[in-house]
Amino acid sequence: MWTWFYRLASPPYVYGLATALTPWLLAGAGLAIAAGLVGGLVFAPPDYQQGDAFRIIYVHVPGAFLSLMVYCIMAVAGAIGLIWRIKMGHAVAVASAPVGASFTLIALVTGSLWGKPMWGTYWAWDPRLTSELILLFLYVGVMSLRSAFEDSQRGDRAAALLAIVGVINVPIIHFSVQWWNSLHQGPTIAKIGAPSMPGSMLWPLLAMLLGFALFYGAVLCMRLRGEVLNRERQSTWVREAVRS
Amino acid sequence: MTPGSAQGTGVGPARGDAAGSVPGVAESPAPGAGVGTFGAAALIMRRELRLSFRRPEHLVQPLVFFLIITTLFPLGLSLQLSQLRDMAPGVLWGAALLSSLLSLDALFKSDADDGTLEQLALSGQGLTVIVIAKTLAHWLVTGAALVLVSPLVATALDIPASAFALMMSSLALGTLTLSWLGSIGAALTVGLKRGNVLISLIVLPLAMPLLIFGASATERAISGTSAAGPLYLLTALCVLTTTLAPFAASAALKISLD
Amino acid sequence: MDGLSVERIHVWRGERHLLRGVSFALAPGQLLQVSGPNGAGKSTLLRAVCGLTRPEQGEVRWGGTPIAAVRESFLAQLAYAAHEPALKGDLTALENLHFAVSLRRRADTAELGSCLERTGVGSCAELAARILSAGQRRRVALARVLALRAPLWVLDEPFANLDAAGAGMLSAILREHVEAGGAALVVAHHELAVGIATRRLELAP
Repeated sequence: MWTWFYRLASPPYVYGLATALTPWLLAGAGLAIAAGLVGGLVFAPPDYQQGDAFRIIYVHVPGAFLSLMVYCIMAVAGAIGLIWRIKMGHAVAVASAPVGASFTLIALVTGSLWGKPMWGTYWAWDPRLTSELILLFLYVGVMSLRSAFEDSQRGDRAAALLAIVGVINVPIIHFSVQWWNSLHQGPTIAKIGAPSMPGSMLWPLLAMLLGFALFYGAVLCMRLRGEVLNRERQSTWVREAVRS
Repeated sequence: MTPGSAQGTGVGPARGDAAGSVPGVAESPAPGAGVGTFGAAALIMRRELRLSFRRPEHLVQPLVFFLIITTLFPLGLSLQLSQLRDMAPGVLWGAALLSSLLSLDALFKSDADDGTLEQLALSGQGLTVIVIAKTLAHWLVTGAALVLVSPLVATALDIPASAFALMMSSLALGTLTLSWLGSIGAALTVGLKRGNVLISLIVLPLAMPLLIFGASATERAISGTSAAGPLYLLTALCVLTTTLAPFAASAALKISLD
Repeated sequence: MDGLSVERIHVWRGERHLLRGVSFALAPGQLLQVSGPNGAGKSTLLRAVCGLTRPEQGEVRWGGTPIAAVRESFLAQLAYAAHEPALKGDLTALENLHFAVSLRRRADTAELGSCLERTGVGSCAELAARILSAGQRRRVALARVLALRAPLWVLDEPFANLDAAGAGMLSAILREHVEAGGAALVVAHHELAVGIATRRLELAP
């Protein structure tokens, strides 16, 4: 276990691992997303209340789930980089941030598209979407803080600390927005992703979730390769890898 | 060696008076001798307050900013006085958060720019103590001052006097919490040339819960219903940040000083 | 071993590998001059010695123990003067000194005054630091080093902004400090005319 952990700290090993994993993750993501899309858009029955509009959850829910998961991964990877001074932790955090922000954006856009037929407006300050918007601000904060530093190592560590502070705040923000919503609005119509879902609706959603997660893994590996090469461009192993 | 044993006589010492001005290795003071953690915190706070009062314009500017923002809204919305009261909590809290944030940028930056932050870090006192003392002093001259002028703004926004006590206590809790959050942001951006936009970008999303609970407490105070719920939540946030933020901010300072 | 020892420290600043395995030892009663062209890492070396910058490799030891392990007692014996004089412009020279010393021990105003006298700025004690000239600010910063009564001095270009008389004063102070058993690590570009044995550490660019 520990030897594996220490090997993960070595850039050439991470580079090799990412290179080897990328095609498998991509293939898995493609399969799962294809299955989920066919299942969700063709086989799943229309919702008795929302009609076909509900089908956007097959993109919205995985996007929202991944946006939170990636933020947590970013914070944990940053913490590993900060505490044990493992540069690969920061590399994972840097590679994850824009991907997570993109998932957040997907969740926001699909959420407001769904809101138009449901509420008659693109933006109704739904608590989940509002939390998602604040999460996007948190992502932007972390990314801008990192890029503001000229010295990338200090930028990495500052951004990691901010991500950790943010991850403590995410549940608080979510709770406060929920609390705020309960004061100002009546219960919103039919929450997205209600738990009581027939199987024919549910399995495509799970397939999409898996597909999105695998896709994130694939993109992370690809971005990580670039990140590792960029960080280690002074080292001999990169020069040898580039030459050969 | 007692302070001033040789030095006392050495006012205007001869050049050769070596023993007087330069102590030997063995005579160095013990770590922290005479100054405990609380003593050091009190010293730093006193220095901060003295520095603030030597620059009164820095004290007044955030307060004027607070007044200006609260003037913007009624002018921009051209509301009836009765409608103003509905907007008041949000306007008051938004303005309070923005104007406290305005001065947070300088919390560590002014010391970092003239090199005194390094001297503080090497004074043998922990960075956490330094963060706590500086943040509390900062809150006293901005947050607490803002709480004191808030009745003025509240009157202009048609908030009844009966709500002042609750409004002011919620603002006190809220601005203190914001100062702690801001100390993290200020510590993270201390080494950057243009950190003042960035600090808002970092801190404001973290401060959203504050705005929600604070404005709600004020709103309930105005309508005369029990404000206990949001006030408890605000207190919880304040306790949480008071315990955690100094450690986060000192870790951030360490990164910035490196 | 006694005193300061720096063992093969490496410091990177982003892309640049500033310090490449710098080692030296500084025992009580020794003066070590650090010199080298601009950008050679002199200030970075001094910051690493003080523990402000953590080297990626290597160790800074005080009395044989890594400074991180004896941080408090190490800092109590250290007086560091950075390139900038580190004074609050809105405080008087005396207040600046008083604050710096009080964080470590009870400060005595008469003693602080004598330190200012010693560096030739006794008449500026009650003046706000912001109206002092660059040379006077340097002298106040040197008075702070004196007032801290620390056995280890780490001075970054202390001769900058000083006139001839000031340079003579600083040389005399350095000699007294070292002869009384203190150690000093000094960044200076010119040959030090201190009148005692001076070792020199040349940093390559």
